[in-house]
Amino acid sequence: MNLVEVEGLDVSFGGARVVKDVSLHVAAGECLALVGESGSGKSVTARALLGLNRSASVTARALRVGGRDARAYGEKQWRDVRGAEVGLVSQDALVALDPLRRVGDEVVEALRLHRPGEREAWPARVVEALAEAGVGEPARRARQYPHQLSGGLRQRALIAAALAARPALLIADEPTTALDVVVQRQILRLLAELTAGGRGLLLISHDLAVVASLAHRVAVMRDGEVVETGPTSRVLTRPSHPYTRMLVDAARGAHPAREPVVDPVPLVRVDAVGKSFGPHRVVDGVSLTIGAGETVGLVGESGSGKTTVARVVMGLTEPDQGAVTLRGEPWSGLPERARRARRRDVQLISQNPLAAFDPRYTVARIVGEALPRAGRAERVRELLASVGLAPDLAARRPHQLSGGQRQRVAIARALAPDPAVLVCDEPVSALDVSVQAQVLDLLADLQRRTGVALLFITHDLRVVEGISDRLLIMKDGVVVEQGATADVFREPRHPYTRELLAAVPRLDEVAAPV
Amino acid sequence: MTTLLVHRRPARGAASRLPAVVGGLAVALIAAVLLFPSWFATHSPETNDVLNAFAPPSADHLLGTDQLGRDVFSRLVHGARLSVTIGLVATVVGVVLGSALGLAAAAGGKWADVAVMRLTDVWLAFPEVLLALLVIALIGPGAANVAVAIGVAATPYYGRLVRGQALAVARSEYVEAARVLGIGPVRTALRHVLPNVGGPVVVLASLGTGSAVVAAAGLSLLGLGPLPPTPEWGAMLAEGQSYLSTAWWIAVFPGAAIVAVVLAVTALGRAVQSRSLR
Amino acid sequence: MRSVLRRVVAGVAVLWGAVTLTFLAVALTGGNQVDSVIGPDAASVPGLREQVAAQYGLDRPLVVQYADRLGGLLTGDLGRSYQRGQSVWGLLADQVGPTLALAATAAVTGVGLAVLLAVATAGRGRAVRRAASALEALIVALPPFWLGIVLLSVFSFGLRWFPAFGADGPASLVLPALALALPIAGVLAQVMRQELEVAEGRPFALSARARGLGERQLLLRHTLRHALLPVTTLSAWTVGTLVGGAVLVEQVFSRPGLGRVLVEAVKHRDTPVVTAVVTLAALVFVVTSALADLLYPVIDARLRTEEGR
Repeated sequence: MNLVEVEGLDVSFGGARVVKDVSLHVAAGECLALVGESGSGKSVTARALLGLNRSASVTARALRVGGRDARAYGEKQWRDVRGAEVGLVSQDALVALDPLRRVGDEVVEALRLHRPGEREAWPARVVEALAEAGVGEPARRARQYPHQLSGGLRQRALIAAALAARPALLIADEPTTALDVVVQRQILRLLAELTAGGRGLLLISHDLAVVASLAHRVAVMRDGEVVETGPTSRVLTRPSHPYTRMLVDAARGAHPAREPVVDPVPLVRVDAVGKSFGPHRVVDGVSLTIGAGETVGLVGESGSGKTTVARVVMGLTEPDQGAVTLRGEPWSGLPERARRARRRDVQLISQNPLAAFDPRYTVARIVGEALPRAGRAERVRELLASVGLAPDLAARRPHQLSGGQRQRVAIARALAPDPAVLVCDEPVSALDVSVQAQVLDLLADLQRRTGVALLFITHDLRVVEGISDRLLIMKDGVVVEQGATADVFREPRHPYTRELLAAVPRLDEVAAPV
Repeated sequence: MTTLLVHRRPARGAASRLPAVVGGLAVALIAAVLLFPSWFATHSPETNDVLNAFAPPSADHLLGTDQLGRDVFSRLVHGARLSVTIGLVATVVGVVLGSALGLAAAAGGKWADVAVMRLTDVWLAFPEVLLALLVIALIGPGAANVAVAIGVAATPYYGRLVRGQALAVARSEYVEAARVLGIGPVRTALRHVLPNVGGPVVVLASLGTGSAVVAAAGLSLLGLGPLPPTPEWGAMLAEGQSYLSTAWWIAVFPGAAIVAVVLAVTALGRAVQSRSLR
Repeated sequence: MRSVLRRVVAGVAVLWGAVTLTFLAVALTGGNQVDSVIGPDAASVPGLREQVAAQYGLDRPLVVQYADRLGGLLTGDLGRSYQRGQSVWGLLADQVGPTLALAATAAVTGVGLAVLLAVATAGRGRAVRRAASALEALIVALPPFWLGIVLLSVFSFGLRWFPAFGADGPASLVLPALALALPIAGVLAQVMRQELEVAEGRPFALSARARGLGERQLLLRHTLRHALLPVTTLSAWTVGTLVGGAVLVEQVFSRPGLGRVLVEAVKHRDTPVVTAVVTLAALVFVVTSALADLLYPVIDARLRTEEGR
C-alpha cells in the first residue's frame, strides 16, 4: 500500500508557483529520494505532505496520506497526521531540536499529542525510541539538552523524536548535510535499517551520491518540476534528462585528467609549523610546499586545523613554531609593514564571500579596491570577464548576487593583484552542486591560463579528486598522509584516510530495488 | 542548502516604505517649524491677552489660550525651536563623547577596553533622568546645561555601540580581505571601518533624539530648563499643570507635540535602520 | 553557587564605582559646594566660608573625604544635607517607601501587560499583529509625565474616578502606576512579539509543528520561553529606569516620595542629597540586573556552564 500518494501537486506563494504538477508516491519499506538544488521546490513539496505550507495555496489532483484523501483536511485533521502518520527529520538537529528543552521532552511531545491515554507508557517509549534511533544510554541522554550531545547523537535524537509515535512514513530533509562524512555514513545506515524494518522513507537531498546507497527510487526536481523519476540504478546509470546527467557527472567527480606538474619551482614552503590557542594544540608540526602552477589539496574534517594552516600560509596567523617562506624569503615572523607589499603574491578565496565584502561596496569597487587608479575600470571589466561575469553586474551590491556570482566576484578580486598563490578555503562548500562544478572548472581554467598555484582546502574528498595534483590529509592538527592525488585514492596508507574514503558517498553503491 | 525554515520576510515595497515617507515628511515639517516659526504661528507667542484667558480651542485660537491669554498653538510653534534644539544638542554631546569613549576602547588595546567597559557598566547603572539631575545639580540649571546633562547621561549607550561596532568591523572578514590585498591600516580605517561604524550610530542617534527631547521637556517640567516666559514645551506643560481641572488644553497639547516629534524621528530612524539591514 | 558569588562581587564593584564616580564628579566641579551651603545672601560675610567648609569637612584632603564617604556608606551614613543641615538618611527615610511602592507596582503592571498583549496577539492573523505593533509604537513614544497629565485630566478631573494627588491608599496609586507602566509595557511587548516571531520561524518550531503541535501549544511549550530571555534582560533595565521616571510622575501627581526631595535638592545644588538618591537608584539597578542574570540559567540550560557534556 502507498503510505503517501500525490498527483499533480501545485504550490504557490503569492503569485509565484514554486511546485508545478508534481506526482510521487512512497510505499511501506520503500525509500524515495527527492533530489534537487536549492530553490528546486523539494522542501516545499515535502511540507505539503504534512499540510505545513501556511500562507501558500496548495492544490493537487490527488493527495492521499495513509490511504485517506487529505485534500480537504483542516488544520485539526492535519495535526492528527503530523507525528502520528508522518514524521519529519530536518537538517541540523542543533537548531531543529528546541535548545531550551531536554531531549526527552522533545521525544515525548508526539506521544503527549497522539497517545494521550497512555501516560504511564510514555517514559518507556521515549527510551525505546531513542534506542531505535541508535542512541546509546538512552535514559541518560533523554535527560540531557541538545547542546550536550555530539552532532551525530543530536541527529539520532531528532530521528527518535520523529519516530516516537511510530509514524509509518518518515520524511528526512537533508538529514546529514550538517554532519562530517563519517557520521553522515552512520546516520544513512540507520535510515536504511528503518526502511528495511518496513517504514516508508522520503529522503530529500541536494546530493545524488548521498541518496544512491539508500533510495530505491529517485525523483529529480528542478525549478519546481520533477524532470526525471525512476529506479535508482536506472537513473544513475542511464540518466535521460540533461539536468540529471549533469548531477550524475558532478557526483561522480568527473573532471578532465590533469597533467601533473613536474618539479615545480617552490613558492611557499611551510616548515614544521605549530600553533596553539590557549591550551589547545590546533596545528602540530605541519610541513608543506606549494610549487608554481600546481594545486595542493588539504583535506580534513571540522576541527582538524586546516583553516589555521591556511591562515598561516596567508600570513594572517603567526605560528608558535616553525617558519614559512615565500619565494625563498621569510614570510612568517615579520612585522605587518614588511609583509604588506608582498601580500599581493598570496590571495584568499573564502567559503563565505558575502562576509568578505564590505556590504556598502559595489562589485566594481570590491574588485578594483587594490588596483591602481589609472585604468582601473578597464581592468575591472577584464577581470569580471575572465571569471565569466557580465559587465553590467559591476554596479550591483554583493547581496544582490547569487551564491555562484559572489564566489566569482571573490575570485576576480583575488586575481586582481596578479598573485602567485591562491588559497581557497572551502570555496565551493556553500554552493549548489551544479554551481560547484562551474566554479571548480573556472578555477582549473584560470590556473591553466595564468599559472597561479592553488592551495585547496576542503572537507570533501570528492571535490579535490579532480582538481589537485597532491593531497595532504589532516586530523587533529597533524598531517597523517600525503602524496600524489591518484596514489592516495588508490592506496591510502593511513587508517584515517581509509575511513574517510570509505565514508565518501559513492554512486556505485546502489540500493537493491524492493 | 535546503532548510525547512518557515521564515516569512516582512513585505517590502510600498507598505514598508510608508513609515519612511511619513517620518521623512514629518521631520521636514518639524525642521521648517524650527527654522521659520513665524510662517506657521497665528499669534505672537508672548503677547498677553488677559481678557481672553483660558479660551478653549476654537477657529481663532486653534489649541486655545493659556492663563495669560496667549495663543497655545503659536507658543507651541515658537517653543519647538528651543525644545527640539536642546534634544539635538544633547544627542550631539552624547554621540561625540560616546564615540570618543568607544573608539578609545576599540583602538586602545586590552586595558583601555576593560577600563571603558567597566566605566560604562557603572555609568549605565544610573537611570538617565537621575544622572541628568545630578549633572544639573553640579553645573546648575538652564537650557544649555540641560542639553549637556542629557548628553552626558546618554553617552554610555553611544560608547558601547561604537565600541562593539568598531570591534566587529575591525575583526570582519572584509577588513581582513583588505589586509590580504595589501591595503594599509589608515586607508582601511577610512574606507571600511568608519563608514560601517557610522551607519548604526546615525540610527541610534535619530532614535535617541526622540528620547532626548522627552528628557529635556521632563527636566524643564521640573523647573530646571529655560525660564518663563520663553516658550518651551516642558515649561508650558509645567504651567498648564496647575490649570488641568479647568483648561486641559494648556498642558495636553505641548505633550502631544513632544509625542509627534518622537514618533517622527523614530519612524525615520527605523526606516534608515531597515534600509541598512538589507 | 560560584556564579552567584561572582555576580554579587560584580554588583558590589559597580556600586563602588558608582559611589566613586559621583564623588569624583562632585569633587571636580567642586568650588561651589560651600556656596550652596551658605546661599547667595551670606556669601560676603568674612570667615564664614572657612567656618562652613570646616563644619562639613570640605577643608580636608580629597582622599580623606573619599575614605570618609566610603566608611560612612558602610555604616549607613549618607552625609548631611547642605540645605537643611540634617542627615540625608533622615530626609530620605520616609520618602523611599512611596517611590519604591510606585516603581514596583508599575514594574509588575508593565511586565504583566506586555506578556498578556504579546501572548494574546502572537500567532494571530497579520492584521491583529500589525494593529498591536502600531499601538505599541505609539505607547512607547508617550512620555510618562505627559501620560500622567492626560490620565489626570480624563480620569480625575473628567470622570472623577481617581484622586488627583496625594498618596492615600491604593486608589491614588492607580493612575501614576499606569502612567509609568504603559510605555514600559509597550517596549517589552514590542521586543517580546519580535522574539516570538523569530522563534516561530526557527527550525525547532517546524519540528514541533511536524509532531502535530498547534500554534497555541507551540507558544506555551516552546516559543514563549525563548521570548522570555531578552524580556528578562530588558525588564531589569526598565525597573532600574523606573526609579528615574518615578521622579517626574511624582511631580505631576504631587505625590510624596524621593522625587520631591530630589528636585528641591537639585535646585539648591544640595549634592549630598542628590548623590544619595542617585546611588540608591544605582543600587536598585544592580540588584535587579543581578536577579535577571541569575534567572537566565533557569530559563536557558546552555548558560549553566558547570554542566559538562
